[in-house]
Amino acid sequence: MTDATFFTLQRRFKNRRLTAFAIPALIVLYLAYLCISFDIAGLAARARLDNARILLSDFVSYKTHVSRDNRTGSVTIAIEGEAKGTYAPGQHPDWVQTEGNATRIDLGRGNLITYDAAGARYVVPGYGTIDIRPQDGKLQLTAPQPLPSWINVTDTRISVTTAAGRFSYSRSKVETFKYQPGWELFFFTLDSPFYGKTYGQLTAMLAGPRLDPARSNLAYMAQEFWHNKMWHHADVAWALFETVLMAFLGTMGAALVALPLAFLAASNFSPLRTLRFGFRRLFDFVRGVDGLIWTILLARAFGPGPMTGALAILLTDTGTFGKTFSEALENIDEKQVEGIRSTGAGALQRARFGVLPQLAPVLLSQVLYYLESNTRSATVIGAIVGGGIGLLLTQAIITQKDWEEVAYYMILIVLMVMLMDSASGWLRRKFISRKA
Amino acid sequence: MVDITFGPEPGKRPDLSNPTESYLHQIRRKRLYGAILLILFVALMASGFHTAQDRNAGDFLSGLHQLPAFPAEVLSEAWANRADLPGLFLQFLPSLLETINIAAAATLLGGLAGAVLALGSTRHLARFPLLTPLYRRTADIMRAIPEIVIALILIFILGGGPIPAVLAIAFHTAGALGKLFSESAENADLKPLEGLASTGASWAQQIWLGILPQVAPNWLSYALLRFEINIRASAILGFVGSGGIGYDLKLALQWGGGKYDQVVAIFALLFLAIMTFDQLSSFARNRLVKGR
Repeated sequence: MTDATFFTLQRRFKNRRLTAFAIPALIVLYLAYLCISFDIAGLAARARLDNARILLSDFVSYKTHVSRDNRTGSVTIAIEGEAKGTYAPGQHPDWVQTEGNATRIDLGRGNLITYDAAGARYVVPGYGTIDIRPQDGKLQLTAPQPLPSWINVTDTRISVTTAAGRFSYSRSKVETFKYQPGWELFFFTLDSPFYGKTYGQLTAMLAGPRLDPARSNLAYMAQEFWHNKMWHHADVAWALFETVLMAFLGTMGAALVALPLAFLAASNFSPLRTLRFGFRRLFDFVRGVDGLIWTILLARAFGPGPMTGALAILLTDTGTFGKTFSEALENIDEKQVEGIRSTGAGALQRARFGVLPQLAPVLLSQVLYYLESNTRSATVIGAIVGGGIGLLLTQAIITQKDWEEVAYYMILIVLMVMLMDSASGWLRRKFISRKA
Repeated sequence: MVDITFGPEPGKRPDLSNPTESYLHQIRRKRLYGAILLILFVALMASGFHTAQDRNAGDFLSGLHQLPAFPAEVLSEAWANRADLPGLFLQFLPSLLETINIAAAATLLGGLAGAVLALGSTRHLARFPLLTPLYRRTADIMRAIPEIVIALILIFILGGGPIPAVLAIAFHTAGALGKLFSESAENADLKPLEGLASTGASWAQQIWLGILPQVAPNWLSYALLRFEINIRASAILGFVGSGGIGYDLKLALQWGGGKYDQVVAIFALLFLAIMTFDQLSSFARNRLVKGR
């Protein structure tokens, strides 16, 4: 090896090593800058890990409130404390028992709570009895000393938090929360005749005597499930449909608008150079303005709703489709058009029989691909324009307590997008392999 | 031959002694199917549009008249205060930078995670070939969750600001890039791998030296394309509640009349940024994929 080659090689290796280190170093530097500009250090202070705990436990469990109004003495049992989850008088879950004025609540694992005329008692296994009695407008607490940190005492309120549940006593009311796994009342609400039945019992009821003489038990059951007052399955299904509808109308509409315009923007079809240039810039403009801005502008004119969302998708994608279609048009084979022309066909016939068959695979695959991606966009746009599953999702998140519904919607959205994905993939394979 | 092509029933068999007739027969049938499909499609579009319009607050035709009203109002107010616009551009530049930073950080993180997913889900390259379906499903699910879902949940836990947006976009990006990366890695030449394996290179070395140089241009070009998409997504997420220029836009819009000059400034900045990055990235992608 001559010296010259040796030095060149060495220099090249040095340069390569330098770039090999420089690029990761630049990335690390950039990330460091981001850490400062995004205030990562302050994140620990801002993060609310208790919120995370509430969210995760709500995803997979629900709580039932057993509360007594201390003035009237009436006891209500309500799932998530909601009116539509309230047990009717006389209808009790088996872990709550009433005898005269006394209410006995079994939280499980030996945790027993009793409400009676004197006040309330909570037996915590391994600790002892917490006894609370109101006296002269104050709360009198008797419990083994010293008080542990999970018992919180103020002048007006005593609250106890254990692994089994939460308990709180104030002058006006006493309340117990029992946590149970699962999604409450997912199939039937409390007022439904099918509530609390096992699958076996339900199957037996299908063949049994009619509960409602007007319809079969199966129809009744389907009705009760579909119009569940807690989960609103019918409304959720409709919202999903609305989201898919937005994506469908937007994508197909965009393709219909973009196709004729693409001819005007393609160099081999456009009659005028200025016209072509103008349409090109129009497509760029529509694409560049972005869905967010179109959504806002359209929502002002058409009001909130799914049509506005569909139109926003339509406008944005007209730009994208116009660009890809016109590029595809410029790449078609002229010979076929020439052949059609030789038969004396007019411009429209040449486009229909000479150009469209060549364009169809590109067109179809683009449209189907965007149909799937727009289903996802329609969720986001729905959150802004107020339509479809996006709206339900943001509403459920904003209340900050119905996290089980958020989990339900998330699962449905993922299923919907995956379904659209495989449907569009299937159609694409079917149509395009046949055309090819 | 004829039986196979046209079916065994004699009634449907075209008369071969008359080729024109059989050709026209075929064409007529094709046209009929085409027409039925077209009618179905038009009916679907029309009824779908009606349903959407029924659920909308305003209907299409009356809204069409109002369409120019809002832009006209905004633009006229901005025109009246046109002297303020340069100042407003400067005022919103930091938020724009934040939006772009969110997109860049999300693309970087998502790209790294996507590379891991891609290497895990490509059959010939995976360290544990048995786990490829698992990696694939993971990427599919990550791709299917819209950014807004994760962003809103993270805002609840982490509070507002750019970090929920970064994590949400990165999550989706990882799934999307994981799929694209794995598709291009599947086409990579495996000979360099064998060569490296014969020298006793470890799996990491084989991938780093044998595969990455081959797929780097493609991967980079996909990542740049994703970056374009992520700038838009980051603006939208800002509008829904986490930092950046989208949030400023929401505040300005909520204020209504009086702050429309800000709205125009933000629209213009966002438009310019999106156009600039689209052009830059399409130039870079062309160079990467087609060579210089």
